[in-house]
Amino acid sequence: MSLDLGGCLLRSRALAALASPHRVDHYLEQVNPMWAAHDVRARIVDIHPEVTAPGAPRVATITLQPTSTWRGHRAGQHVTVGIETGGGRRTTRVFTVASGEGKPGDRFALTVRAHDDADATPWSISKFLTERAEVGTLVHLSQAEGDFVLPDRVPEHIVLVSGGSGITPVMSMLRSLQRRTHRGRVTFLHWAPSAERQIFADELAEVARTGHGVDLHLFHTADGAPYLSPALLERLVPGYRDVPTWACGPASLIEAAQAAYAGSDALRVELFKPPRTTGVAGGEIAFTRSGTTTPNTGATLLDQAEAAGLAPESGCRMGICFSCTTRKTEGTVRNVLTGETSALPDEDIRICVSTPEGDCSVEL
Amino acid sequence: MTSVENTGNRRLTPEELERFGAEMDAIRQRIVADLGEDDAAYIRGIVKKQRTFEAIGRALFYLPPAWPLAVASLSVSKILDNMEIGHNVMHGQYDWMGDPDLNSRMFEWDNVCPSDQWKYSHNYIHHTFTNVLGKDRDIGYGILRMDEDQKWHPYYLGNPVYAFLLMVFFEWGVALHDLEVENLVAVRRTLEENKPLHRGIMRKVKRQALKDYVLFPLLTGPLAPLTFAGNATANLVRNIWAFNIIFCGHFPAGVASFSEEECEGETQGHWYYRQLLGSANITGGRLFHIMSGNLSHQIEHHLFPDLPARRYPEIAAEVREICERYDLAYNTGPLHKQLFGVFKKICRYALPDRVTSRAGQPAEADAGQPVAA
Repeated sequence: MSLDLGGCLLRSRALAALASPHRVDHYLEQVNPMWAAHDVRARIVDIHPEVTAPGAPRVATITLQPTSTWRGHRAGQHVTVGIETGGGRRTTRVFTVASGEGKPGDRFALTVRAHDDADATPWSISKFLTERAEVGTLVHLSQAEGDFVLPDRVPEHIVLVSGGSGITPVMSMLRSLQRRTHRGRVTFLHWAPSAERQIFADELAEVARTGHGVDLHLFHTADGAPYLSPALLERLVPGYRDVPTWACGPASLIEAAQAAYAGSDALRVELFKPPRTTGVAGGEIAFTRSGTTTPNTGATLLDQAEAAGLAPESGCRMGICFSCTTRKTEGTVRNVLTGETSALPDEDIRICVSTPEGDCSVEL
Repeated sequence: MTSVENTGNRRLTPEELERFGAEMDAIRQRIVADLGEDDAAYIRGIVKKQRTFEAIGRALFYLPPAWPLAVASLSVSKILDNMEIGHNVMHGQYDWMGDPDLNSRMFEWDNVCPSDQWKYSHNYIHHTFTNVLGKDRDIGYGILRMDEDQKWHPYYLGNPVYAFLLMVFFEWGVALHDLEVENLVAVRRTLEENKPLHRGIMRKVKRQALKDYVLFPLLTGPLAPLTFAGNATANLVRNIWAFNIIFCGHFPAGVASFSEEECEGETQGHWYYRQLLGSANITGGRLFHIMSGNLSHQIEHHLFPDLPARRYPEIAAEVREICERYDLAYNTGPLHKQLFGVFKKICRYALPDRVTSRAGQPAEADAGQPVAA
């Protein structure tokens, strides 16, 4: 009760008026970064390696203690994570929550595979989390987002399909179901390159051993395991096209699943798509807000947006006034003033001095 | 117009301009490549100091004998907030950090001018068309006559009075700057065009007034009148300080202005050249530079408006060296000298040219003598 009262006071309009034009959080964070009225931050409280096989990208589970402002998450949701990975720069990236559904303020865990983001300087956030981060590191968070979630009333029989690190949201669902003491059947199909690169190997072995209504099938493609196909599905889950299914993984797996469930509305998917970099010109530019796409000519994004009939805000057209600053959600751009390229996702760029290299999405 | 020749400077050939521009570009690239932890730690440190000064200032109003200290502390807080933090963050100097709290699009400062309107008139209009007559509305701010090519009118007899009023009410002047009142009077702009701006200004004014003149005074109970007066004084101190620093940026003796014709189809090299000759620095110690938001390095700021201001002192040495090689003046001097130059200009241009032409010309040549680099 007293805690709630504190929260109400911190979020009151009166306090906001006193802090204006800054936010109450701007003052709280100076005293203790874990005090917040609206912002969500967390400290890393545990780092557990999942995959350390030589030659394979590292995978680690990072447990976070969030601020009291964290509203909890539903199984399958994701969160935007911002970390200073060095050089005074904060990078942000979206990760799925791997732990079972959690209440406001509860600890939760992310399972992260190290990716080489083209030229993320100096560290990609996933590499930083799996190789560099330490217990106590502060991270900036959004609230949990996404509608790739289990319904409140879980159907009698469900199918979970995942590939590679796409296992995390599905694992969160499985863990939640086990905690909810779900009495129905769960068929869980997972594809991984090999047994050594299998995430959550011990926990999955435990699930397979105890059963508890979970019918687990692991496919290691290096060992010649079959890929997802209608025939395989029909053999494991007769009448699968009518069974509610959640699938998450690389594009090839999702495409195979979509083909197998064509015409059925039982399938829900979550897809992780890496951007293509094709060189200076070439590729396609997506202006996400207006829904326009245009072939990349290699000119500045501002010129290309105007050529596509858009009228983005702009000023000096020489990179000094920042009027045209726009969020690039993915793709590589070259700054024509410095010659530097950047492939960071969700980055603010001045479109008057940025030329895209290959595919690029900007919020215009 | 205080043309380049009138400031005792020479024009560069197109080839020289190109080399000059390339040297400036090289400085930019080197600094951009070097940005990192130190710059991030610096601005965060300044933010922490600003918040601390503000908290101390607000708290000391509960101790009536400490009133002068409370005002001083709050004044420092507002000056840091507006100058070393606000002005510089809104220039995008720290956008590379990826921190939304230090991002040019997100930042809002502790004065009555809405940041988005300021960014348009300052970052775009003023920094792109610096000292181009008829384009740069910061020449006299639409109120004053600061250049001989602004046609004289009996209205300008009040030049010193207007300047004084602008100093006292500086944050209000900045807030109303975007309404382009001088263009309304001249019927080059309609009231209709200003309507969208009114709402933003009113919203910001209400918030600032509510905080400084209602809520914080009320929170001190019976001391409310003292707190009210203290907050007003802190705003006044910030106004006077900011006005003086900013007027030393482009109005001291020896600063050149340009015509639109001179800048038609301008090259990057000429843009740098114009920024250099159109700006003036103020000498001083480290603390002075911080309190001026490093606008004491106006030249470096105008050459590289988006580089973190803490880098200007280190850049200055190189810029001076380049100026020497190209035989260009590097306009700098102590605060009192630069202010005196500004004051003289304000008074001289209050009078019609005929009166000043005889006494004015030699005086200008004298005052316009740039301090050798």
